[in-house]
Amino acid sequence: MKQEFKIISSLINKNSKILDVGCGNGELMKYILENISKNIRGLEISKKNVQECIEKGLTVIEGNAELDLGQFPDKSFNYVILSQTLQAFLNPEKVLYELLRVGKKAIVTIPNFGHWKVRVDLLFKGTMPVTENLPNEWYNTPNLHMCTIKDFVTFCNQRELKLTKSISLSGKKVSYIKKSNLSYKNLTSELGIFEIEK
Amino acid sequence: MNNIDNLKKYIVKDKLKLDCGKEISNFPIAYETFGELNEDKNNGILIFHALTGDQFPYGINPITNKEGWWNYALGPNKAIDTNKFFVISANVIGGCMGSFGPSSINPSTNKHYGSNFPVITINDMVNAQNFLLDHFKIKKLFAVIGGSMGGMQVLQFVSNFPNKADVAIPIACTASHSAQNIALNELGRQAIMADKEWDKGKYLENGKSPSKGLAVARMAAHITYLSKKGLQEKFGRKLQERDALKFGFDADFQIESYLRYQGSVFVDRFDANSYLYITRAMDYFDLTKQFNGNLSDAFKGCKTKFFIISFTSDWLYPTSENREIVIALNAIGADVGFIEITSDKGHDSFLLDVPDFLNSVKNFLNNSYKNIHEARV
Repeated sequence: MKQEFKIISSLINKNSKILDVGCGNGELMKYILENISKNIRGLEISKKNVQECIEKGLTVIEGNAELDLGQFPDKSFNYVILSQTLQAFLNPEKVLYELLRVGKKAIVTIPNFGHWKVRVDLLFKGTMPVTENLPNEWYNTPNLHMCTIKDFVTFCNQRELKLTKSISLSGKKVSYIKKSNLSYKNLTSELGIFEIEK
Repeated sequence: MNNIDNLKKYIVKDKLKLDCGKEISNFPIAYETFGELNEDKNNGILIFHALTGDQFPYGINPITNKEGWWNYALGPNKAIDTNKFFVISANVIGGCMGSFGPSSINPSTNKHYGSNFPVITINDMVNAQNFLLDHFKIKKLFAVIGGSMGGMQVLQFVSNFPNKADVAIPIACTASHSAQNIALNELGRQAIMADKEWDKGKYLENGKSPSKGLAVARMAAHITYLSKKGLQEKFGRKLQERDALKFGFDADFQIESYLRYQGSVFVDRFDANSYLYITRAMDYFDLTKQFNGNLSDAFKGCKTKFFIISFTSDWLYPTSENREIVIALNAIGADVGFIEITSDKGHDSFLLDVPDFLNSVKNFLNNSYKNIHEARV
Protein backbone atom coordinates (compact mmCIF):
# COMPACT_ATOMS: atom_id res chain seq x y z
CA MET A 1 0.00 0.00 0.00
CA LYS A 2 1.11 3.55 -0.66
CA GLN A 3 3.07 5.15 2.19
CA GLU A 4 0.59 8.03 2.11
CA PHE A 5 -2.28 5.67 2.90
CA LYS A 6 -0.34 4.10 5.77
CA ILE A 7 0.12 7.53 7.34
CA ILE A 8 -3.53 8.49 6.84
CA SER A 9 -4.65 5.21 8.42
CA SER A 10 -2.36 5.77 11.40
CA LEU A 11 -4.16 9.05 12.15
CA ILE A 12 -7.58 7.40 12.46
CA ASN A 13 -8.98 6.05 15.71
CA LYS A 14 -10.47 2.56 15.75
CA ASN A 15 -14.16 2.22 14.92
CA SER A 16 -14.63 5.86 14.04
CA LYS A 17 -16.97 6.95 11.28
CA ILE A 18 -15.13 7.86 8.10
CA LEU A 19 -15.90 9.38 4.71
CA ASP A 20 -13.30 9.05 1.98
CA VAL A 21 -13.94 11.83 -0.54
CA GLY A 22 -12.58 10.94 -3.96
CA CYS A 23 -11.92 7.40 -2.80
CA GLY A 24 -10.63 6.25 -6.20
CA ASN A 25 -10.61 2.48 -6.59
CA GLY A 26 -11.08 2.03 -2.86
CA GLU A 27 -7.57 0.89 -1.92
CA LEU A 28 -7.40 3.04 1.20
CA MET A 29 -11.02 2.35 2.12
CA LYS A 30 -10.49 -1.38 1.93
CA TYR A 31 -7.47 -1.18 4.20
CA ILE A 32 -9.33 0.95 6.74
CA LEU A 33 -12.39 -1.31 6.54
CA GLU A 34 -10.36 -4.42 7.24
CA ASN A 35 -8.07 -2.96 9.89
CA ILE A 36 -9.48 0.13 11.54
CA SER A 37 -13.20 0.69 11.13
CA LYS A 38 -16.15 -0.98 9.45
CA ASN A 39 -17.90 2.35 9.38
CA ILE A 40 -16.46 3.83 6.23
CA ARG A 41 -18.12 5.35 3.14
CA GLY A 42 -16.71 6.67 -0.08
CA LEU A 43 -17.67 9.37 -2.56
CA GLU A 44 -16.23 8.97 -6.03
CA ILE A 45 -16.81 10.74 -9.35
CA SER A 46 -15.59 8.02 -11.74
CA LYS A 47 -18.06 5.26 -12.62
CA LYS A 48 -15.24 2.85 -13.31
CA ASN A 49 -13.79 3.44 -9.86
CA VAL A 50 -17.21 3.07 -8.22
CA GLN A 51 -17.57 -0.31 -9.96
CA GLU A 52 -14.19 -1.38 -8.61
CA CYS A 53 -15.17 -0.29 -5.11
CA ILE A 54 -18.38 -2.33 -5.31
CA GLU A 55 -16.30 -5.33 -6.37
CA LYS A 56 -14.29 -4.85 -3.20
CA GLY A 57 -17.47 -4.78 -1.14
CA LEU A 58 -17.19 -1.09 -0.24
CA THR A 59 -20.06 1.32 0.29
CA VAL A 60 -19.52 4.07 -2.25
CA ILE A 61 -21.72 6.77 -3.70
CA GLU A 62 -21.11 8.00 -7.20
CA GLY A 63 -20.96 11.76 -6.96
CA ASN A 64 -19.04 14.99 -7.21
CA ALA A 65 -17.54 16.38 -4.00
CA GLU A 66 -18.19 19.94 -5.13
CA LEU A 67 -21.91 19.24 -5.49
CA ASP A 68 -22.74 16.28 -3.33
CA LEU A 69 -21.20 16.87 0.11
CA GLY A 70 -24.20 19.02 0.99
CA GLN A 71 -26.38 15.96 1.57
CA PHE A 72 -24.39 14.87 4.63
CA PRO A 73 -25.47 16.36 7.95
CA ASP A 74 -23.10 18.45 10.09
CA LYS A 75 -20.43 16.45 11.91
CA SER A 76 -21.79 13.15 10.66
CA PHE A 77 -18.28 11.67 10.38
CA ASN A 78 -15.30 11.58 12.75
CA TYR A 79 -12.92 11.88 9.83
CA VAL A 80 -13.31 13.03 6.26
CA ILE A 81 -10.38 12.07 4.05
CA LEU A 82 -9.36 13.96 0.94
CA SER A 83 -6.30 12.48 -0.71
CA GLN A 84 -4.49 14.56 -3.35
CA THR A 85 -7.68 16.00 -4.77
CA LEU A 86 -8.02 19.47 -3.23
CA GLN A 87 -6.04 21.08 -6.03
CA ALA A 88 -8.40 19.65 -8.66
CA PHE A 89 -11.55 21.39 -7.43
CA LEU A 90 -13.00 24.53 -8.97
CA ASN A 91 -13.36 25.97 -5.49
CA PRO A 92 -10.99 24.23 -3.04
CA GLU A 93 -11.81 26.65 -0.24
CA LYS A 94 -15.49 25.80 -0.37
CA VAL A 95 -14.75 22.08 -0.46
CA LEU A 96 -12.42 22.36 2.53
CA TYR A 97 -15.12 24.10 4.55
CA GLU A 98 -17.60 21.41 3.52
CA LEU A 99 -15.18 18.71 4.70
CA LEU A 100 -14.93 20.45 8.05
CA ARG A 101 -18.69 20.83 8.28
CA VAL A 102 -19.39 17.17 7.53
CA GLY A 103 -16.48 15.79 9.55
CA LYS A 104 -15.19 16.57 13.01
CA LYS A 105 -11.72 16.30 11.50
CA ALA A 106 -10.48 16.41 7.96
CA ILE A 107 -7.38 14.63 6.72
CA VAL A 108 -6.15 16.38 3.60
CA THR A 109 -3.10 15.50 1.56
CA ILE A 110 -1.58 17.75 -1.08
CA PRO A 111 1.13 17.20 -3.67
CA ASN A 112 3.73 19.85 -2.83
CA PHE A 113 4.39 22.30 -5.66
CA GLY A 114 7.25 23.72 -3.60
CA HIS A 115 9.32 20.52 -3.83
CA TRP A 116 12.83 21.19 -5.14
CA LYS A 117 12.38 19.01 -8.24
CA VAL A 118 9.39 21.09 -9.23
CA ARG A 119 11.35 24.28 -8.67
CA VAL A 120 14.31 22.96 -10.66
CA ASP A 121 12.12 22.03 -13.60
CA LEU A 122 10.65 25.47 -13.78
CA LEU A 123 13.90 27.29 -13.04
CA PHE A 124 16.28 25.47 -15.37
CA LYS A 125 14.12 23.75 -17.96
CA GLY A 126 11.60 26.57 -18.03
CA THR A 127 8.81 24.02 -18.46
CA MET A 128 5.85 23.07 -16.28
CA PRO A 129 7.04 20.39 -13.86
CA VAL A 130 6.21 16.74 -14.47
CA THR A 131 7.09 14.53 -11.49
CA GLU A 132 5.95 11.28 -9.93
CA ASN A 133 3.29 13.03 -7.89
CA LEU A 134 2.42 15.43 -10.70
CA PRO A 135 2.53 13.14 -13.72
CA ASN A 136 0.45 15.19 -16.15
CA GLU A 137 1.43 17.78 -18.73
CA TRP A 138 0.13 21.33 -18.42
CA TYR A 139 -2.54 20.72 -21.05
CA ASN A 140 -4.07 17.60 -19.53
CA THR A 141 -3.58 18.04 -15.81
CA PRO A 142 -6.74 17.91 -13.68
CA ASN A 143 -4.98 20.16 -11.19
CA LEU A 144 -6.46 23.64 -11.34
CA HIS A 145 -5.13 25.05 -8.07
CA MET A 146 -1.66 23.75 -7.30
CA CYS A 147 -0.17 24.98 -4.06
CA THR A 148 2.90 24.47 -1.92
CA ILE A 149 2.92 23.19 1.65
CA LYS A 150 3.71 26.73 2.74
CA ASP A 151 0.72 28.07 0.79
CA PHE A 152 -1.56 25.55 2.42
CA VAL A 153 -0.29 26.22 5.95
CA THR A 154 -0.69 29.96 5.42
CA PHE A 155 -4.17 29.41 3.98
CA CYS A 156 -5.26 27.46 7.07
CA ASN A 157 -3.61 29.91 9.49
CA GLN A 158 -5.37 32.87 7.90
CA ARG A 159 -8.71 31.16 8.33
CA GLU A 160 -7.91 29.99 11.86
CA LEU A 161 -8.27 26.36 10.86
CA LYS A 162 -6.31 24.23 13.32
CA LEU A 163 -3.63 22.03 11.81
CA THR A 164 -3.57 19.40 14.54
CA LYS A 165 -1.07 17.26 12.62
CA SER A 166 1.23 18.26 9.75
CA ILE A 167 3.29 15.51 8.20
CA SER A 168 5.83 15.56 5.40
CA LEU A 169 6.40 12.63 3.10
CA SER A 170 9.44 12.43 0.88
CA GLY A 171 9.98 9.10 -0.78
CA LYS A 172 9.45 6.74 2.15
CA LYS A 173 10.70 9.33 4.65
CA VAL A 174 8.12 10.61 7.10
CA SER A 175 8.67 13.67 9.30
CA TYR A 176 6.68 16.34 11.07
CA ILE A 177 6.26 19.80 9.65
CA LYS A 178 6.70 22.55 12.26
CA LYS A 179 6.80 26.31 12.22
CA SER A 180 10.58 26.16 12.58
CA ASN A 181 11.20 23.84 9.64
CA LEU A 182 8.42 24.95 7.33
CA SER A 183 10.65 26.49 4.65
CA TYR A 184 12.91 23.46 4.62
CA LYS A 185 10.03 20.94 4.50
CA ASN A 186 8.46 23.02 1.76
CA LEU A 187 11.58 22.28 -0.29
CA THR A 188 12.01 18.58 0.55
CA SER A 189 8.46 17.19 0.89
CA GLU A 190 6.75 15.51 -2.03
CA LEU A 191 3.51 15.31 -0.15
CA GLY A 192 1.96 17.15 2.79
CA ILE A 193 -0.49 15.32 5.03
CA PHE A 194 -2.62 17.45 7.33
CA GLU A 195 -5.16 16.73 10.01
CA ILE A 196 -7.41 19.77 10.26
CA GLU A 197 -10.06 20.93 12.69
CA LYS A 198 -12.23 24.00 12.61
CA MET B 1 -52.65 -26.50 -21.63
CA ASN B 2 -51.59 -24.48 -18.67
CA ASN B 3 -54.15 -22.55 -16.80
CA ILE B 4 -53.88 -19.64 -14.39
CA ASP B 5 -55.97 -21.60 -11.86
CA ASN B 6 -53.21 -24.21 -11.63
CA LEU B 7 -50.43 -21.77 -10.69
CA LYS B 8 -48.77 -21.99 -7.29
CA LYS B 9 -50.66 -19.86 -4.79
CA TYR B 10 -50.61 -19.01 -1.13
CA ILE B 11 -53.97 -18.11 0.35
CA VAL B 12 -53.61 -15.31 2.86
CA LYS B 13 -56.07 -16.05 5.65
CA ASP B 14 -55.24 -12.91 7.62
CA LYS B 15 -57.11 -9.68 7.21
CA LEU B 16 -55.37 -6.95 5.27
CA LYS B 17 -56.65 -3.42 5.58
CA LEU B 18 -56.08 -1.61 2.30
CA ASP B 19 -55.19 2.07 2.02
CA CYS B 20 -58.57 2.72 0.39
CA GLY B 21 -60.22 1.62 3.66
CA LYS B 22 -61.55 -1.75 2.47
CA GLU B 23 -60.47 -4.95 4.14
CA ILE B 24 -59.57 -8.14 2.32
CA SER B 25 -58.88 -11.67 3.55
CA ASN B 26 -58.69 -15.19 2.14
CA PHE B 27 -57.04 -13.89 -0.97
CA PRO B 28 -54.49 -15.65 -3.19
CA ILE B 29 -50.92 -14.57 -3.89
CA ALA B 30 -49.42 -16.43 -6.82
CA TYR B 31 -45.71 -17.00 -6.36
CA GLU B 32 -42.70 -18.94 -7.50
CA THR B 33 -39.42 -19.73 -5.75
CA PHE B 34 -35.98 -20.39 -7.15
CA GLY B 35 -33.04 -21.96 -5.32
CA GLU B 36 -33.11 -23.46 -1.83
CA LEU B 37 -33.74 -21.86 1.53
CA ASN B 38 -30.77 -22.71 3.75
CA GLU B 39 -31.01 -24.10 7.26
CA ASP B 40 -30.45 -20.72 8.92
CA LYS B 41 -33.11 -19.24 6.63
CA ASN B 42 -30.84 -16.27 6.02
CA ASN B 43 -30.42 -16.49 2.23
CA GLY B 44 -33.93 -15.40 1.22
CA ILE B 45 -34.39 -12.74 -1.42
CA LEU B 46 -37.76 -11.25 -2.26
CA ILE B 47 -37.86 -9.71 -5.70
CA PHE B 48 -40.60 -7.33 -6.72
CA HIS B 49 -41.79 -7.07 -10.30
CA ALA B 50 -42.54 -4.00 -12.40
CA LEU B 51 -45.87 -2.89 -13.91
CA THR B 52 -46.33 -5.75 -16.36
CA GLY B 53 -44.14 -8.35 -14.68
CA ASP B 54 -45.23 -11.47 -12.82
CA GLN B 55 -43.91 -14.25 -10.61
CA PHE B 56 -41.88 -15.77 -13.46
CA PRO B 57 -38.59 -13.85 -13.65
CA TYR B 58 -36.67 -16.98 -14.58
CA GLY B 59 -37.18 -19.91 -16.90
CA ILE B 60 -40.26 -20.20 -19.10
CA ASN B 61 -43.52 -18.66 -18.05
CA PRO B 62 -46.01 -21.57 -18.32
CA ILE B 63 -48.90 -19.30 -19.31
CA THR B 64 -47.20 -17.22 -21.99
CA ASN B 65 -44.50 -19.76 -22.90
CA LYS B 66 -42.12 -16.82 -23.00
CA GLU B 67 -38.81 -16.42 -21.20
CA GLY B 68 -38.94 -14.92 -17.71
CA TRP B 69 -38.60 -11.15 -17.46
CA TRP B 70 -35.34 -11.21 -15.47
CA ASN B 71 -33.55 -14.08 -17.15
CA TYR B 72 -30.44 -11.94 -17.57
CA ALA B 73 -30.18 -11.17 -13.86
CA LEU B 74 -31.54 -14.24 -12.14
CA GLY B 75 -30.56 -17.88 -12.23
CA PRO B 76 -27.69 -20.20 -11.37
CA ASN B 77 -24.38 -18.22 -11.24
CA LYS B 78 -26.10 -15.08 -12.44
CA ALA B 79 -26.22 -11.69 -10.68
CA ILE B 80 -28.89 -13.01 -8.33
CA ASP B 81 -27.41 -16.45 -7.96
CA THR B 82 -30.02 -19.12 -7.34
CA ASN B 83 -27.27 -21.59 -6.45
CA LYS B 84 -26.67 -19.41 -3.45
CA PHE B 85 -29.90 -17.61 -2.69
CA PHE B 86 -33.51 -18.60 -2.22
CA VAL B 87 -35.52 -16.23 -4.39
CA ILE B 88 -39.20 -15.59 -3.86
CA SER B 89 -41.13 -13.83 -6.59
CA ALA B 90 -44.84 -13.05 -6.25
CA ASN B 91 -47.41 -11.57 -8.53
CA VAL B 92 -48.61 -8.28 -7.02
CA ILE B 93 -52.18 -7.98 -5.86
CA GLY B 94 -54.06 -6.21 -8.62
CA GLY B 95 -52.14 -8.33 -11.13
CA CYS B 96 -53.42 -10.93 -13.56
CA MET B 97 -51.10 -13.91 -13.12
CA GLY B 98 -53.03 -15.65 -10.36
CA SER B 99 -52.88 -13.15 -7.48
CA PHE B 100 -55.94 -11.40 -6.17
CA GLY B 101 -56.84 -8.97 -8.93
CA PRO B 102 -59.66 -7.45 -10.98
CA SER B 103 -60.01 -10.64 -13.02
CA SER B 104 -60.54 -12.70 -9.83
CA ILE B 105 -64.05 -13.97 -9.14
CA ASN B 106 -65.95 -12.10 -6.48
CA PRO B 107 -67.44 -14.89 -4.30
CA SER B 108 -70.45 -12.79 -3.33
CA THR B 109 -71.54 -12.21 -6.94
CA ASN B 110 -69.77 -15.09 -8.72
CA LYS B 111 -68.61 -12.56 -11.28
CA HIS B 112 -65.24 -11.07 -12.06
CA TYR B 113 -64.49 -8.06 -9.87
CA GLY B 114 -63.68 -5.86 -12.86
CA SER B 115 -64.12 -2.22 -11.88
CA ASN B 116 -65.46 -3.26 -8.50
CA PHE B 117 -61.99 -4.33 -7.45
CA PRO B 118 -60.70 -2.04 -4.69
CA VAL B 119 -58.09 0.53 -5.67
CA ILE B 120 -54.79 -0.77 -4.37
CA THR B 121 -51.49 0.92 -3.57
CA ILE B 122 -47.82 0.01 -3.54
CA ASN B 123 -48.16 -0.19 0.24
CA ASP B 124 -50.97 -2.75 -0.10
CA MET B 125 -48.90 -4.83 -2.56
CA VAL B 126 -45.96 -4.92 -0.17
CA ASN B 127 -48.08 -5.74 2.87
CA ALA B 128 -49.72 -8.57 0.97
CA GLN B 129 -46.40 -10.08 -0.12
CA ASN B 130 -45.07 -9.85 3.41
CA PHE B 131 -47.50 -12.65 4.37
CA LEU B 132 -45.48 -14.95 2.12
CA LEU B 133 -42.53 -14.62 4.49
CA ASP B 134 -44.63 -16.10 7.29
CA HIS B 135 -45.49 -18.94 4.96
CA PHE B 136 -41.77 -19.70 4.51
CA LYS B 137 -41.06 -18.95 8.19
CA ILE B 138 -38.46 -16.38 7.16
CA LYS B 139 -37.91 -13.84 9.93
CA LYS B 140 -35.40 -11.77 8.04
CA LEU B 141 -34.66 -11.70 4.34
CA PHE B 142 -31.18 -11.27 3.02
CA ALA B 143 -32.32 -8.92 0.27
CA VAL B 144 -35.24 -7.13 -1.30
CA ILE B 145 -34.67 -6.21 -4.93
CA GLY B 146 -36.73 -4.63 -7.68
CA GLY B 147 -36.65 -2.27 -10.61
CA SER B 148 -39.13 0.44 -11.61
CA MET B 149 -42.38 -0.28 -9.73
CA GLY B 150 -40.43 -3.12 -8.13
CA GLY B 151 -38.01 -0.51 -6.77
CA MET B 152 -40.90 1.43 -5.27
CA GLN B 153 -41.97 -1.76 -3.52
CA VAL B 154 -38.42 -2.19 -2.20
CA LEU B 155 -38.54 1.29 -0.67
CA GLN B 156 -41.99 0.74 0.78
CA PHE B 157 -41.01 -2.69 2.15
CA VAL B 158 -37.97 -1.36 3.97
CA SER B 159 -40.00 1.52 5.33
CA ASN B 160 -42.83 -0.74 6.52
CA PHE B 161 -40.55 -3.49 7.89
CA PRO B 162 -37.28 -1.77 8.84
CA ASN B 163 -35.57 -4.87 10.19
CA LYS B 164 -36.74 -7.46 7.74
CA ALA B 165 -34.00 -7.23 5.11
CA ASP B 166 -30.21 -7.08 5.40
CA VAL B 167 -29.82 -5.30 2.09
CA ALA B 168 -32.08 -3.48 -0.36
CA ILE B 169 -31.53 -2.75 -4.04
CA PRO B 170 -34.04 -0.29 -5.46
CA ILE B 171 -33.29 0.07 -9.18
CA ALA B 172 -34.39 2.77 -11.63
CA CYS B 173 -37.21 4.03 -9.45
CA THR B 174 -38.47 6.98 -7.48
CA ALA B 175 -39.80 7.78 -4.03
CA SER B 176 -42.57 9.92 -5.49
CA HIS B 177 -44.23 9.35 -8.86
CA SER B 178 -43.64 12.40 -11.03
CA ALA B 179 -46.27 14.45 -12.89
CA GLN B 180 -44.78 13.24 -16.17
CA ASN B 181 -45.16 9.62 -15.14
CA ILE B 182 -48.71 10.14 -13.92
CA ALA B 183 -49.46 11.80 -17.26
CA LEU B 184 -48.03 8.88 -19.22
CA ASN B 185 -50.02 6.38 -17.14
CA GLU B 186 -53.17 8.42 -17.65
CA LEU B 187 -52.61 8.26 -21.40
CA GLY B 188 -52.55 4.47 -21.17
CA ARG B 189 -55.64 4.31 -19.02
CA GLN B 190 -57.59 6.61 -21.30
CA ALA B 191 -56.64 4.47 -24.30
CA ILE B 192 -58.11 1.42 -22.53
CA MET B 193 -61.24 3.17 -21.31
CA ALA B 194 -61.85 4.75 -24.71
CA ASP B 195 -62.11 1.27 -26.22
CA LYS B 196 -65.84 0.43 -26.35
CA GLU B 197 -65.00 -3.18 -25.60
CA TRP B 198 -63.77 -2.11 -22.18
CA ASP B 199 -67.45 -1.84 -21.30
CA LYS B 200 -66.93 0.07 -18.04
CA GLY B 201 -64.64 -2.71 -16.88
CA LYS B 202 -67.19 -5.49 -17.36
CA TYR B 203 -65.67 -6.91 -20.53
CA LEU B 204 -64.95 -10.31 -18.98
CA GLU B 205 -68.61 -10.74 -18.01
CA ASN B 206 -69.80 -9.74 -21.43
CA GLY B 207 -67.31 -11.68 -23.52
CA LYS B 208 -65.55 -8.60 -24.80
CA SER B 209 -61.92 -7.56 -24.87
CA PRO B 210 -60.53 -4.01 -24.98
CA SER B 211 -57.45 -5.29 -26.76
CA LYS B 212 -57.15 -2.29 -29.09
CA GLY B 213 -57.05 0.16 -26.20
CA LEU B 214 -54.69 -2.00 -24.20
CA ALA B 215 -52.37 -2.36 -27.19
CA VAL B 216 -52.22 1.42 -27.64
CA ALA B 217 -51.49 1.80 -23.92
CA ARG B 218 -48.65 -0.68 -24.25
CA MET B 219 -47.27 0.99 -27.36
CA ALA B 220 -47.17 4.39 -25.67
CA ALA B 221 -45.60 2.93 -22.54
CA HIS B 222 -43.07 0.93 -24.50
CA ILE B 223 -41.64 4.11 -26.02
CA THR B 224 -41.02 5.46 -22.53
CA TYR B 225 -38.97 2.39 -21.62
CA LEU B 226 -36.46 3.08 -24.41
CA SER B 227 -34.19 6.00 -25.16
CA LYS B 228 -34.11 8.28 -28.17
CA LYS B 229 -30.61 7.14 -29.00
CA GLY B 230 -31.49 3.48 -28.56
CA LEU B 231 -34.50 3.83 -30.86
CA GLN B 232 -32.49 5.72 -33.45
CA GLU B 233 -29.75 3.12 -33.47
CA LYS B 234 -32.06 0.14 -33.60
CA PHE B 235 -34.63 1.46 -36.07
CA GLY B 236 -33.62 4.82 -37.47
CA ARG B 237 -35.92 5.50 -40.42
CA LYS B 238 -35.65 1.96 -41.74
CA LEU B 239 -38.66 0.81 -43.73
CA GLN B 240 -40.63 -2.33 -42.94
CA GLU B 241 -40.42 -4.91 -45.72
CA ARG B 242 -40.76 -2.34 -48.46
CA ASP B 243 -38.47 -0.28 -50.67
CA ALA B 244 -40.37 2.98 -50.60
CA LEU B 245 -43.02 4.84 -48.64
CA LYS B 246 -46.54 3.66 -49.50
CA PHE B 247 -48.28 6.99 -48.91
CA GLY B 248 -50.75 5.48 -46.47
CA PHE B 249 -51.10 4.59 -42.84
CA ASP B 250 -49.79 1.07 -42.83
CA ALA B 251 -46.63 0.44 -40.87
CA ASP B 252 -44.13 1.90 -43.33
CA PHE B 253 -41.42 2.23 -40.72
CA GLN B 254 -39.86 -0.59 -38.74
CA ILE B 255 -40.46 1.25 -35.51
CA GLU B 256 -44.20 1.33 -36.24
CA SER B 257 -44.26 -2.34 -36.99
CA TYR B 258 -42.24 -3.06 -33.84
CA LEU B 259 -44.61 -1.09 -31.63
CA ARG B 260 -47.68 -2.71 -33.20
CA TYR B 261 -46.14 -6.09 -32.53
CA GLN B 262 -45.35 -5.16 -28.91
CA GLY B 263 -48.95 -4.02 -28.46
CA SER B 264 -50.42 -7.15 -30.02
CA VAL B 265 -48.44 -9.65 -27.96
CA PHE B 266 -49.09 -7.74 -24.77
CA VAL B 267 -52.87 -8.07 -24.97
CA ASP B 268 -52.55 -11.86 -25.01
CA ARG B 269 -50.90 -11.90 -21.63
CA PHE B 270 -52.21 -8.90 -19.74
CA ASP B 271 -55.57 -7.92 -18.35
CA ALA B 272 -56.73 -4.40 -19.18
CA ASN B 273 -58.25 -3.80 -15.76
CA SER B 274 -55.03 -4.91 -14.08
CA TYR B 275 -53.25 -2.31 -16.19
CA LEU B 276 -55.61 0.36 -14.87
CA TYR B 277 -55.27 -0.71 -11.25
CA ILE B 278 -51.51 -1.16 -11.21
CA THR B 279 -50.74 2.12 -12.99
CA ARG B 280 -53.01 3.81 -10.45
CA ALA B 281 -51.02 2.27 -7.62
CA MET B 282 -47.83 3.67 -9.14
CA ASP B 283 -49.37 7.13 -9.50
CA TYR B 284 -50.48 7.12 -5.87
CA PHE B 285 -46.98 6.23 -4.70
CA ASP B 286 -45.46 9.10 -2.77
CA LEU B 287 -43.32 7.84 0.10
CA THR B 288 -42.17 11.40 0.80
CA LYS B 289 -45.74 12.53 1.39
CA GLN B 290 -46.48 9.49 3.57
CA PHE B 291 -43.82 10.91 5.88
CA ASN B 292 -45.02 14.49 5.80
CA GLY B 293 -42.55 15.69 3.21
CA ASN B 294 -39.44 14.21 4.79
CA LEU B 295 -38.31 11.12 2.91
CA SER B 296 -35.56 10.45 5.46
CA ASP B 297 -38.23 9.71 8.07
CA ALA B 298 -39.38 6.78 5.93
CA PHE B 299 -36.12 5.01 6.78
CA LYS B 300 -35.46 6.27 10.30
CA GLY B 301 -33.77 3.67 12.48
CA CYS B 302 -33.50 1.16 9.67
CA LYS B 303 -30.32 -0.90 9.60
CA THR B 304 -30.70 -2.08 6.01
CA LYS B 305 -27.77 -1.58 3.67
CA PHE B 306 -28.94 0.12 0.48
CA PHE B 307 -27.53 -0.03 -3.00
CA ILE B 308 -29.29 2.32 -5.39
CA ILE B 309 -28.82 2.01 -9.15
CA SER B 310 -29.92 4.29 -11.98
CA PHE B 311 -29.20 4.40 -15.72
CA THR B 312 -27.88 7.29 -17.78
CA SER B 313 -30.51 7.05 -20.53
CA ASP B 314 -33.52 6.42 -18.28
CA TRP B 315 -35.76 9.47 -18.67
CA LEU B 316 -38.75 7.83 -17.00
CA TYR B 317 -37.07 7.39 -13.61
CA PRO B 318 -34.02 9.59 -14.13
CA THR B 319 -30.87 9.56 -12.03
CA SER B 320 -31.95 12.76 -10.28
CA GLU B 321 -34.99 10.99 -8.77
CA ASN B 322 -32.91 8.00 -7.68
CA ARG B 323 -30.37 10.36 -6.20
CA GLU B 324 -33.06 11.95 -4.03
CA ILE B 325 -33.39 8.62 -2.26
CA VAL B 326 -29.61 8.53 -1.75
CA ILE B 327 -29.68 12.04 -0.32
CA ALA B 328 -32.53 11.19 2.06
CA LEU B 329 -30.64 8.14 3.30
CA ASN B 330 -27.37 10.02 3.74
CA ALA B 331 -29.19 12.65 5.75
CA ILE B 332 -29.85 10.02 8.44
CA GLY B 333 -26.47 8.33 8.14
CA ALA B 334 -27.93 5.18 6.60
CA ASP B 335 -25.62 2.76 4.84
CA VAL B 336 -26.11 3.61 1.17
CA GLY B 337 -24.14 3.05 -2.01
CA PHE B 338 -25.12 4.47 -5.36
CA ILE B 339 -24.10 4.09 -8.98
CA GLU B 340 -25.41 5.42 -12.27
CA ILE B 341 -24.80 2.82 -14.97
CA THR B 342 -23.96 3.99 -18.48
CA SER B 343 -26.46 2.49 -20.91
CA ASP B 344 -28.29 3.58 -24.08
CA LYS B 345 -31.11 1.15 -23.40
CA GLY B 346 -33.30 3.55 -21.44
CA HIS B 347 -35.47 2.57 -18.48
CA ASP B 348 -35.54 -1.03 -19.75
CA SER B 349 -31.80 -1.32 -19.03
CA PHE B 350 -32.50 -3.13 -15.78
CA LEU B 351 -34.21 -5.95 -17.68
CA LEU B 352 -31.56 -6.26 -20.37
CA ASP B 353 -28.04 -7.56 -20.78
CA VAL B 354 -26.14 -4.61 -19.35
CA PRO B 355 -22.94 -6.17 -17.96
CA ASP B 356 -21.91 -3.24 -15.73
CA PHE B 357 -25.30 -3.36 -14.06
CA LEU B 358 -25.40 -7.13 -13.67
CA ASN B 359 -21.85 -7.24 -12.30
CA SER B 360 -22.61 -4.50 -9.79
CA VAL B 361 -25.62 -6.36 -8.46
CA LYS B 362 -23.71 -9.65 -8.32
CA ASN B 363 -20.71 -8.14 -6.52
CA PHE B 364 -22.85 -6.22 -4.09
CA LEU B 365 -24.97 -9.24 -3.17
CA ASN B 366 -22.07 -11.65 -2.84
CA ASN B 367 -19.89 -9.27 -0.83
CA SER B 368 -22.74 -8.24 1.44
CA TYR B 369 -23.77 -11.82 2.10
CA LYS B 370 -20.18 -12.70 2.90
CA ASN B 371 -19.80 -9.75 5.27
CA ILE B 372 -23.12 -10.21 7.02
CA HIS B 373 -23.48 -13.98 7.25
CA GLU B 374 -20.26 -15.75 6.40
CA ALA B 375 -17.78 -13.57 8.31
CA ARG B 376 -19.32 -14.57 11.63
CA VAL B 377 -18.56 -18.24 11.17
